[in-house]
This record gives sequence, C-alpha cells and structure tokens, in this order.
Amino acid sequence: MPAFNQSRQNIIRLIFAATFLIIAGRLFILQVVSDKYKLLALDNAVYKKVIYPDRGIIFDRNNNAILNNTIIYDLTVTPYEVKQVDTFFLCNLLSIDTAEFRERIITAIIKNGRYRPSVFEGLLSLDLQAKLEENIWRFPGFTLIERPIRNYLYNAGAHLLGDIGEVDTAIIRRSNYFYQMGDFVGRSGLEQYYESVLMGKRGIQNLIKDNRNRLQGSWENGKYDTAASAGRNLYTYLDIELQQLAEKLMTNKVGSIVAIDPKTGGILTMVSGPSFDPNDLTGSTRQRKYANLALDVSAPLMNRATRGMYEPGSTFKPIGGLVALDMGVITANYGLACSGAYYGCAKVIRCEHSNPGHAANMRLALANSCNSYFSHIYRLTLDNNKDRSVKKGYTHWKDYMNAFGWGQRLGVDLPNELPGNIPDTTEYNKDYRGYWNSCTNVTLGIGQDKMQVTPVQLANAMCIIANKGYYYTPHFVEKIENETAKDSILNKFREKHAALTHIPDEAYEAIHAGMQDVVESGTARSARIPGISICAKTGTAEKYTILDGKRIKLPNNSMFVCFAPRENPKIAIAVAVENAGFGSTWAAPIASFLIEKYLTDSIRTDRMKEVERISNTNLMPSYLKRKQFIADSTRAYFYFNLRKDSSYIKKYLRGYTTTEKKPVKAAQPVKIKTPEETVNSRIQKPADTPSAHAIPDGKIIHIKKPSRKADIIWINDEKYLKNQES
Amino acid sequence: MRTNNNEISKGIDGLLLFLYIVLCLIGIVSIFATTYNEGENIVDGFLSFRTDYGKQSMFFLFSLFAGVVILLTDSKFFTATANLWYTAGIVLLLLVFPFHSNIKGTESIIKFGNAFQLQPIQLCIVFTNLALAKYISRIETDFTKLRSQLIAASIVVAPALLAILQKETGLALVYFSFFLVMFREGLPAIVLVIGFSFAILVVATLLMDPNVLALILTGIALLSAYFMRRQIKRHKSVLFWIIAIWAICVSIQRFAVPFIFDHVLKPYQVKRIYDTIGKDYIPKDAAALADIEKNTSQKKDAGNYNVKQSKIAIGSGGLLGKGLLKGTQTRYAFVPEQRTDFIFCTIGESFGFVGSMIFISIYVVLLFRIVTIAERQRSTFSRCYAYGVASVLFFHIAINLCMTMGLAPVIGIPLPFVSYGGLSLVTFSIMIFILLRLDKDRQMVLR
Repeated sequence: MPAFNQSRQNIIRLIFAATFLIIAGRLFILQVVSDKYKLLALDNAVYKKVIYPDRGIIFDRNNNAILNNTIIYDLTVTPYEVKQVDTFFLCNLLSIDTAEFRERIITAIIKNGRYRPSVFEGLLSLDLQAKLEENIWRFPGFTLIERPIRNYLYNAGAHLLGDIGEVDTAIIRRSNYFYQMGDFVGRSGLEQYYESVLMGKRGIQNLIKDNRNRLQGSWENGKYDTAASAGRNLYTYLDIELQQLAEKLMTNKVGSIVAIDPKTGGILTMVSGPSFDPNDLTGSTRQRKYANLALDVSAPLMNRATRGMYEPGSTFKPIGGLVALDMGVITANYGLACSGAYYGCAKVIRCEHSNPGHAANMRLALANSCNSYFSHIYRLTLDNNKDRSVKKGYTHWKDYMNAFGWGQRLGVDLPNELPGNIPDTTEYNKDYRGYWNSCTNVTLGIGQDKMQVTPVQLANAMCIIANKGYYYTPHFVEKIENETAKDSILNKFREKHAALTHIPDEAYEAIHAGMQDVVESGTARSARIPGISICAKTGTAEKYTILDGKRIKLPNNSMFVCFAPRENPKIAIAVAVENAGFGSTWAAPIASFLIEKYLTDSIRTDRMKEVERISNTNLMPSYLKRKQFIADSTRAYFYFNLRKDSSYIKKYLRGYTTTEKKPVKAAQPVKIKTPEETVNSRIQKPADTPSAHAIPDGKIIHIKKPSRKADIIWINDEKYLKNQES
Repeated sequence: MRTNNNEISKGIDGLLLFLYIVLCLIGIVSIFATTYNEGENIVDGFLSFRTDYGKQSMFFLFSLFAGVVILLTDSKFFTATANLWYTAGIVLLLLVFPFHSNIKGTESIIKFGNAFQLQPIQLCIVFTNLALAKYISRIETDFTKLRSQLIAASIVVAPALLAILQKETGLALVYFSFFLVMFREGLPAIVLVIGFSFAILVVATLLMDPNVLALILTGIALLSAYFMRRQIKRHKSVLFWIIAIWAICVSIQRFAVPFIFDHVLKPYQVKRIYDTIGKDYIPKDAAALADIEKNTSQKKDAGNYNVKQSKIAIGSGGLLGKGLLKGTQTRYAFVPEQRTDFIFCTIGESFGFVGSMIFISIYVVLLFRIVTIAERQRSTFSRCYAYGVASVLFFHIAINLCMTMGLAPVIGIPLPFVSYGGLSLVTFSIMIFILLRLDKDRQMVLR
C-alpha cells in the first residue's frame, strides 16, 4: 500500500538533511573556526632554508687578517638519484671498498631519508676534490657542496682564536633552539666569546617542498624571505709577528707567555705551549689530528694562559713588597740582616744569597730576591698593629691579592678562564683546625704554599704595578666593525679599574727601582737590553707530581714577569716555562726578546742566534712520556675489555693511523699447513671450531672464509689431492 | 510523427540532468587540479588518454553516450530484465573468486590487460537496485509480511556478503543503504531504530569504560521502569521486556562487541575504527600487528596519516580557499589517494568553506530532487528504484565526506560523479540515466 507509507518520505528527507547539517557543521569548525590546520599546512609544505652568512674576520693591531674564510668541499649523496653510478671508479677515487660504499649509502638513508642529500665524504682534500669535480658527471646523485671553513694565515694563535665546530645538543638547548643541527658555531677561544658578532645574521629562504621533501621552488615568490648579512670583523690588539716569535720561542716547552699593553689592557700576545697548527683542525685531517691532540697528556688543546695555574714563586715579591709598604709595616728603607736563611719560623726558609747587606733595603732585597726579607715582611703584614689578629691580617692581605686580580676570574674575553687560587681563612682553619699563624703559611710571602695564579693574572698584576695602581681588564678585541651602542660586549673592557691607586707613588717607585735593578744588576741580567729600562722579577717555583704512586719533585718552574720601559710602560709580560729550572735561564731571555721585538720592531742579529737556540731546545718534561704510556695502555685495556678483541687495542692507541683498506680479492686458495704447523694449531684450537675442518687422516686445514660469491675454492696442493683420490 | 530527438528530451527531468552534468564537470576540474603538473600541455592532456583528467573526461563522454542509449531503451526493458541482470551480477561476483587480481588489498577486481579493470561489486549496485525494485513491485508481494521483508533483505545482503568475502568491506556496507528503500516501502521503523541504537551502543562501548557504561544502561533501565510503573502494574510483561532489553544491551557491550572486534573483524579494520573515534589501538599479538602493517599502505600509518593530511588540506582552505591550483597540500601530494577517495580535499582547500558549502548543497539538492521524483511515480518499481538511487548516493556522499573530515572510518568509498575512476562514474551515470528513463514514463505503471 504505497499511500500507507507516504509520510515516510519526510523521515527520509529529515535523515538526509540532518546528516548534511552535521557535515556542514564539521566543515565550519575545520575551515573557519580552527587556525590549527593552516599552520599545519604551512609546516607541511614550506621548508625554511637557512642561508649562512660569512663569518667575520679577525685582524691584528696592524690590520693584518689573522684568519679568514675559505671554502672546502663535501661530497654529498641523494640516495634516490643514485642510478647507474660507476661505483668501482668512485670507490677507487675515495679508496673505499664496495661494502663500505653500500654501508655509507644506507647510513645516508637512515640519517636524512632517500630524498634529501646527506654527506657521503666530508672535507675533501684539494687533490680529491679536483678529481671528483672532473668526474662528477659519472656519479648521478652525487654532488659537491661547498662549505666555508676558517683559514689561519699565520699558523699562529691556535688557542686564542679557537675553532668552530658543529653544534651539539647542549649548545642548541642553551641557545633556546636558535641553532639547528648541523650549524657551525665557535667552540673555543675568540670564536666562541664573540660568536654573536662573528656569526652575522642568518637569512631564511622559504621554499616549497612536496610530500617527499623534494624542493619545488620558492614560496610566494620569496615574499617572506630574509637576506643574510655577513658577520662583523674584529680588530684586536694582537701583534701577530710578536705572537709568531713567542710561539717560536715556546716550541717544545710546556708553559705560557702573556704580553699586555698596560695602557689599554690589550693583549699583545698569548701563547700556550705545547701548541698546534690551527689549520690542522679545519680540513680533511681534522678528525685524526684532533683525536691525537685530545689524547695527549701534555694537553696541547688547553690554553695555559687562562687555565694554567702556577705558583708565582719569587715573581710575587714585588707585590708582597707593595702590600707591606702600603700597610705601613715597613718603609722602603727597611732592611733585614739575612745570613742565607730565614729562621723566624720553625721551618727554615733558605735564601740564595748569604753575603751581608744583600737585603739592606727594599730595592736591594728585590734585586737579590731575598727569601728571608719577603718572608719576614709577609709576617709583618699579617701581624700588623691595626688588625690585631692573624686571621684579620690575612683577610686584609687577601683583599690586596683580590685587588690585584688574583684568586678570582679577571673576565678576559676568552671562555673558560680559571680564577687561580688565593685560599680563604676558612681553608687554613680547616687544614689546621683553627690554630695557625703567620708562620704556618709564611711561604705565601715568596709566592709558594697554596697560592696559584694564571699567567694572564700575573701579567695583569705587572700592568697594575707599571700603571701605579690602575688596570683595564685584559682583552683582545679593540673594536668591532660597525660598532653601535647595542654592542655592550666590549663595554666592560673599556672601564678603568683603579684598584690600587691608593698606594702612594713612592711605594711604586721603590718597587720599580728594585725591579729595574733585577735586570741591571740582579737575577735577570740575561734579560737586559741596552737602551731600554726594563723592570722585571724572576721566579723559580718548586713543583711536585705524583707518578706511579710516588710523590716526586720535578724541576722548578721557570717564571718571569716584567714591564718596559719603566718611565712609560708599553708592554707587560708574564712568562712561565714548566720544569725548566731557574727563571733567569729560560723565562727571562724569552721575555727580553719579546720586549725588544715589540719596542724596537726587530731583534739584533747577534741575539737572533740566541732565539734559535732557545726555540730549538726541547724542555718537555720527561715524566710526560711515562704518563702518556700509562694513559695509553689504560685506554687500550679499557677498550680491550669492552670488545674482547686484542686487535682493537691498536686502533685506540694514540697516533695509530689506520692502513687503507685493500679491495677484497675474489677468491683465495686454501692453504694447507705443513705438519709441524698443524700440531701447533691443534694444541691451540679445538678441532670443532667452525673454521677448522677435520680430514680423515688426522690433518687439520684451516679454510679462510671465502669472500662473497666465491663458490670455487682453489686447491693447489697436489699432495692433498692425491690423498683424496686414494 | 515526432522525431527521435524530441522523444528523448520529452519528459526528462532537466534539473536532475543539469546537476548531474555539473557534478561530473566539477569532478574533472578537481582531478585536473590534483594531477596537473606545471608545464603540461592542457589541451593535449585533455584529449589524450595519458592524464587522469583526460581519462576521466573520456569516461564522462562515454557515460553520456551510454545515457543516450538508455534513454532510447523502452522502460519496460528494465522491469523485464531486472532479475536477469541481478543473476548475471551474482555470477560475475562468483567469477571474481577464481579470476581476481590482488590490487590495494582487495580481491574484488578483475583485470583485463593493463588498462582496464572491472570491479563487479560496484556494477552490482545497479543490478541489486533493479532486482529489489522488481521484487517489491510484484503484485504478489505483500511487503507488510515478514517473509517478503526477509526475501527483500536477502536480495540486498547476498552481494554484500560476497563483497565481504572479497575483502571489500567498504562497498559491502553500501548495500545496507537499501534498507532505507525497504523502510520507505513499509519495513517496520523499529528495525532502523534498533540498528541505530546498536551503532550507538557499539561506539559507546569503544569510548567508555565498560563498568561505567553498564551502570549508565542500568540507570536508563531503572528510570524507564519508574516512568512506566503504571503500565507495569497493568501488564507485567512490560517489566520483562525492559529487563530483557537491558540484559541484551549489557551483553552486547560486555561480550558481543569484544568478540566481534577480536574474532570477526580484521585487526587493521579495528584499528581504523579506533582511529576514527580518536583512540589508540594496541594490537593483542604479533600476528595482529603484522596484519595491520600489511594492510596499511606505504610506510606511514595509512588510516591516521590520510585523515590527518586530509583534515589539514580541508582546514587550511579557510573561508574562501586558496584558489584553484594554489593549494600546497593537494599540489604537492600530501594527501594519499587524493584523486579518488579524498578528492573532496582539493575542493575544500581550493575553494574554502564557501565553495565547499556550494558543492555540498548541489548534492543536497540532487538528493531531494531524486526523492521528489520518486514520490511522483505511479509505479512502485520506479519509486523503489528512485529511492534506491537516493539511498546509495546518500550513503556514498555522507560516508565519503565524513571520512575526509575524520568523522567516519576510512573505508574506500568514492564520492559519486567526482572521484576519479571510470567504473564508478559509469555506474553512477547508468543509475541516473535509468532513473531519468523511468521518470519519463512516470504516468505508466511498470511491473
């Protein structure tokens, strides 16, 4: 009965209408209400390509570029484009085998996918790059991608310039995800400290990509693209020729040289020995060379100028004298009758001189470096009338040290500076359970005990003495290219610290006079340069180390500080040569050459011989060899335990270079060992190991596992064949 | 004497024909927008058989030709041969089993060479529609009787079962849309209500904690008992029914649904259902996991990935759209299957909310027009057939649109007239033209 159900047409219409209303509602929410999907679509289709600007260049004080940018090539591969490649030829060029080739392609696919290029062989050598460029048409899917690297024109200043390297996850996190994986960033030295200046501004190019991440052209005709602007250059105080000379003098020596212009705080030279060629760490050899340097126990990668901690030894004496003079515990005319040792405390402190009157006043005491005199005035300083307690006196003394910039970070424009060590009273209280007096740490007066300073702090103290009380924080960079008010990075280096100007000029003059006598008639006569008035102080600090469980005394550290000329100081230098002996033998001449070079722009020819002699002398401490041996074998043992394979030991030894892999031969003949050998091998190896096959007559032959696709095993031995037949 | 031309055009429903042609053209344009590569010669593309939009326009022309042939046929031909067609369809479906080739996970396609493939289950929709109309319109059929209702249902369900055996669940579901026709012809409304309630119960089971749902069901039962307390006083059987319904619901929720999901449905189907309601499906064992991996196309998690990308494409269209050929989602092939099942993405992204609403309203007008046409028929056969067309189209459109917007699980159902695919276009065209032919003779009583 059709009429009976006529009304149901409306129900059906209702069902239709309701369904489409739901769909329309959903559509409204998707398209009009929600913004999420527009962003997701952009995310899908727009690839933001970062355009890297050139890094800024670093210049020295004479506007010579110390480093600049150059280009090196990476061989990259886009796996899905690799078709009909002359694999064998490519493998030959790169000297790898086909298995390695396969492995690298697979790694590339895992890393970046089939449709994106990834590095196949990075940092090609010039020779290889030329060969590849010529033949690149034979290898579809492979491209040479240029990559800017740093080029060090003078092969000098490795430590202070620092290097650039790929960011790691920690840096990315710290930068609040400003950097992306694969970005290059300054990892040490000036490169790291001035990263924000040198880096420039990155540009962004918006590109359209498809569902397989293949780029399809620019998005919206580059409407939202931003241009990259190059990094700004740095103009430093560094004198690159002086730096080269200093590095030459420090070859094969452990130690450091720092030279500062006292008037500006600009660092003229900073050397840390042993050093390395900065160009080694940029090109194709980077990996291997870096590993070698990092595993060397003499720590060539460490910048000893800011991270090396040295007992100043006698080089502390001018400062000790200044403190005593300023405290008013002595006058410049104060004298001590020293007979070759200081007996004021239970422990006798020996002095180099015993002739009477060698410490008749401050000037003489300094010139002769009298230990007794300075031990005594240290005690006088601590036990002064005003403070009335040794602890207060010590705190007072420590405040002076801090004012000299010791025991705290100076704030040099290099990362990871160490503060040195001027111990607190709490430290002595802990060590001596509160019972100590000025005798306990009397050797602080001659720069020993727990006092430790970095060479840059030592040089800065010289600046303060030379300037009669003020200093600028030592720094390298004089100005930044196109500097604006926004660049606050240099502000703290332009601030004058009047730390010790309250010390009267007469006190400084007395110290200067004493220090000049050191060169004229005292311990540092080897540093004398006619016509230049140098104020200096030598130092010889005792060193101990623990080797094979025993505490052994090492040769003394050779220390030297100076500034010149006395009337109008232009350079202040601190030199430390580890385990070299007296300060006057090594450190003093080194400083003197630097002064001569800096102030007269040349070194007299008769003195050049001396420069050669010093630079050719190997003063590397002998205990380092033993330490290196211990470190290497410990590491080898660790990896042996890890892999259970002794052949890996070699691989992890420092300085071991892997031999190039030879192409695998197709098939190798079976070697049948002579009876004598088989007896041995049977003893060593049970017969049922997979590679050993038992032959009925009791012989054992070891078949080398045939390399792939080699079904035929050649049997050369006629005897064996006959045996089989019978 | 009238000319042949006049005879064809006379009595044809102009609006329906117009909407049909508009939809087909929109389809061709959309396929063009998705598959056109920059720099291609458009004219050459349309004329040759190489490009997808070229192919689709060829199929459209072929459909028009078939339409003319149908319009020239006597309308009695369809009533007379309906059962024959149905039998042929079932035979074809059976032939699929030995001769099928495995394409995209279904086993319902017969391939003739490289160019041409036939999916009988799609063609069978037309035949089933004819057969159902024929059966209901028989004089001796009294559709109020349960027996005839069961026979009608089995006509519909038989090809659907074959489709399920051929792993083509999506198209099998289409056959259940014929229950709408039966409903119009007098199938008790309670069947639809029960079906609908069952669906809600299943979805609720998936979404809710079983204990909470059981409590809710108990609450509903108690409430209805409270409100019907007077009837219960009069007839104790009412209480019995309430308890019985409650027991059935709880047992479905507790036992039937988990049983179906664990033993009847394939793990990948379960996963798609879970994806749609936005829950994570954790496969029970390795075999289930392997099945999911086998049946999700490409490496990506197909169901989820498709829907996500399709939602992004539609959503990024905004109010007015990005313009033809300017959508990044569709241009750069982020949506898989976007020329076939996900063609609506192109429209959504290119023309935005306004364009999409216009597009959807074309469908709504089309459906309402078909219902109007159905109601003006004198013969039951034509009416049943027209309702069949409406139901099938409705099911396709609704499920396809919901699928692209993440409202329904991804089952491969094309958008009528628009999706790329020769056979589906031809099938739907034939349905429409048979309807037009029957409508021409709406004053006649066909049996």
